Amino acid sequence: MKKVAIIIPCFNEQEALPLVINEIRQLNKIESYEYIPVVINDCSIDNTYEVAKNLQCIVLNLPVNLGIGGAVQTGIKYAFENNFDFALQLDGDGQHPPAEIEKLIHCMTDQNLDVVIGSRFLRRNGFQSSIARRMGINFFKGLIKILTSQTITDATSGFRLLNKKAINIAYEYYPDEYPEPEAIILYIKNHLNVGEVAVNMRERIGGTSSIGTFASLYYMFKVSIAIIFTFIRSNK
Amino acid sequence: MEKIQIIAILISFVFLAYIAWLIVKGKLREEYAIVWIACTIVLIIFSVWRAGLDVMAKLIGVYSPPNLVFSGAILAILIYLLHLSVTVSRLQKQNKSLAQEIALLKEKMEKK
Repeated sequence: MKKVAIIIPCFNEQEALPLVINEIRQLNKIESYEYIPVVINDCSIDNTYEVAKNLQCIVLNLPVNLGIGGAVQTGIKYAFENNFDFALQLDGDGQHPPAEIEKLIHCMTDQNLDVVIGSRFLRRNGFQSSIARRMGINFFKGLIKILTSQTITDATSGFRLLNKKAINIAYEYYPDEYPEPEAIILYIKNHLNVGEVAVNMRERIGGTSSIGTFASLYYMFKVSIAIIFTFIRSNK
Repeated sequence: MEKIQIIAILISFVFLAYIAWLIVKGKLREEYAIVWIACTIVLIIFSVWRAGLDVMAKLIGVYSPPNLVFSGAILAILIYLLHLSVTVSRLQKQNKSLAQEIALLKEKMEKK
């Protein structure tokens, strides 16, 4: 039996969380993998904590709001300390259908990868996000291509599977704000095999995106700088 | 000694005393106080030695001595602000680790 920690960072996700957890529970019977949901409550102001507790989940309750990166890393630290074989990141808003988890696991074992990213754009299925968002994603694709000569079609996807090697690296360092594209560079620079698999995503069920309209320019700028500096830093 | 010199010296000493009081009360760490003490000493030197500013300006090649004061002060402020940004970054990092550790420990405790 291989243990998979399903890391679900949550900020005010009381509506979507029960659906997500129930879908994960239904998966349990399928493979020789054991899925264990680990909910990270990042100082929600709604009843996320109570909802998660009632669902009998492992809940990591952060005393201060750390943002998505800090929350995900908390889950990764939990997976590391409790000796999990895999860590799967899944957004608490229902965007990432748990039914697709299998695809990530198959991709990892078949292609001998350390990190598998669920991509919306590898095969154009399901929810495709807005035009502006896609332009940003293409920009990161180009930047990552220039720096690492690898093609990552969906660098902002937070639907990821990490093996033990990748967990060790993310345990040591994981970016704070908008961490997804930066983390890819981090993994590649640490000589991990990073790959993608096509998945369907849905539109969020509840909550709001962490990136508003005005924040998106800042996002592009901040993440570009972070990517470049992560690249330089781990080149030493 | 002119009136303005006496005022400047007085203000500098009051400032110095305030820094000392903050350190005594434990409200200011010594490492940060060094910068403030150094600034005050510079202020006192130039309050006493009035011609000093002209001498320094001529030495560096600044036409108008007051410009030297502003440039110097702005540079010092920028450096100190950068230092504070570094400090805030470090605190943020430590704060994150602590919050994560608390969350993990609480979970461990509840399991028992």
